[in-house]
Amino acid sequence: MCLAIPGKLIEISENAEGVRMGKANFGGIVKQVCLEYTPEVNTGDYVLVHVGFALSKVDEEEAARTYKLLEEMKQLSELDDPEAEDHLPVAPPGFGT
Amino acid sequence: MKYLDEYRNETMAQKIVGEIRRIITRPWVLMEVCGGQTHTIVKYGIDHLLPDEVELVHGPGCPVCVTSLEMIDKAHAIAQRPDVIFCSFGDMLRVPGSEFDLLVLKSRGADVRVVYSPLDCLKIAKANPDKKVVFFAIGFETTAPGNAMAVWQAYRQGVKNFSVLVSHVLVPPAMEAILQSPLNRVQGFLGPGHVCTVVGYEEYEPLAERYHVPIVITGFEPMDLLEGVLMTIRQLEAGTAVVENQYPRIVKREGNKVAQELVNKVFEVCDRKWRGIGSIPKSGYRLREEFREHDAERLFDVGAIDTQEPSICISGLVLQGVKKPHDCPAFGRQCTPEHPLGATMVSAEGACAAYYAYGRHLQAEKKPLQPV
Repeated sequence: MCLAIPGKLIEISENAEGVRMGKANFGGIVKQVCLEYTPEVNTGDYVLVHVGFALSKVDEEEAARTYKLLEEMKQLSELDDPEAEDHLPVAPPGFGT
Repeated sequence: MKYLDEYRNETMAQKIVGEIRRIITRPWVLMEVCGGQTHTIVKYGIDHLLPDEVELVHGPGCPVCVTSLEMIDKAHAIAQRPDVIFCSFGDMLRVPGSEFDLLVLKSRGADVRVVYSPLDCLKIAKANPDKKVVFFAIGFETTAPGNAMAVWQAYRQGVKNFSVLVSHVLVPPAMEAILQSPLNRVQGFLGPGHVCTVVGYEEYEPLAERYHVPIVITGFEPMDLLEGVLMTIRQLEAGTAVVENQYPRIVKREGNKVAQELVNKVFEVCDRKWRGIGSIPKSGYRLREEFREHDAERLFDVGAIDTQEPSICISGLVLQGVKKPHDCPAFGRQCTPEHPLGATMVSAEGACAAYYAYGRHLQAEKKPLQPV
């Protein structure tokens, strides 16, 4: 029910009633979305959409950072080498936050 | 799809599981709050991937499941009226009331329509001025901005033949009810990422402190959930109990202030009855007095309907993480998605329905029946 998916905003407009609307592309499927709750977004941005409403702009920096941290979790790759286990550091600072 | 596919990477998932294995020293019970998270966990077999020390129990975060039988019966009473077009999200259509479901009513001639967005109902209302268009406004905090906008636009544009049957529920009071229960087993929470997209996570901080329970606001993709588990286990092993955000690409601490403003303008907090659990104080939204002309419960005089739920089903205990679906002798036998007995089987996101959909009832049959 709380399903919400990220889509790329391809068009912004105002409907006849003065409501800020737009069109978002979800992997090839284009749907109308209401943009009243995300006044800061521009075309080209990714927005998180739930029941036809954009609720949040996807923070590209955070998305990249989280993924990069996961990829670079040094101690994880060292798990492949059992001898390195004693030297594993505790959580890297700021991980996941 | 961008921002989805990269969070479904098997190699990365194995690495996170490896790290969980490395740091865990004892058994812990974690609850994922949201039904969408339960669905991902069971679909991808995440619970089977985790070390035996991690037990995931499934929370009450499926609004379709927890909408009270009484409210479903009210919806059915309204939908049967010849002057009504009854609109709903698709997943409410086959939720059984005391006698039937909305699909049965539709087959008998009731004008029941599925909408993608609450705003679609306004278009239907304008196109059918001789009909009363009613929207079944259910959901958690995630859905409240959409439903609030539909009411606000109807009010602003003077669409008088549009009303909402409101059955909104709120997450923090349900988490607190679980933590206060003498049966509680939950030691850490994977918090509801999309609820917090709207409301932020400040209000979760007193809960973490008061009950000394870590709460990690978590997303919905397999790697999100695994990272949420890792962050929660790290806290449990270290003895800390704070709110952390695993999902910062979407969730900010303050949430969406613009959405909160309209939600608070249209709705006010009220007590709410949850299917399978009972009444929880201050756990729902109702329309503010200013919007009474759009309140279906008042317009159609269904306030007196008071249905009691059957007692044979253990869904209340499943919703609170005390029991698992296959602990129930009816699971997969008398109770199936086609003939659900209770809350957690009625929607695809309910724990029992998710277990059934991914074949867990077949595994359950191999085990001896456990007493309930």
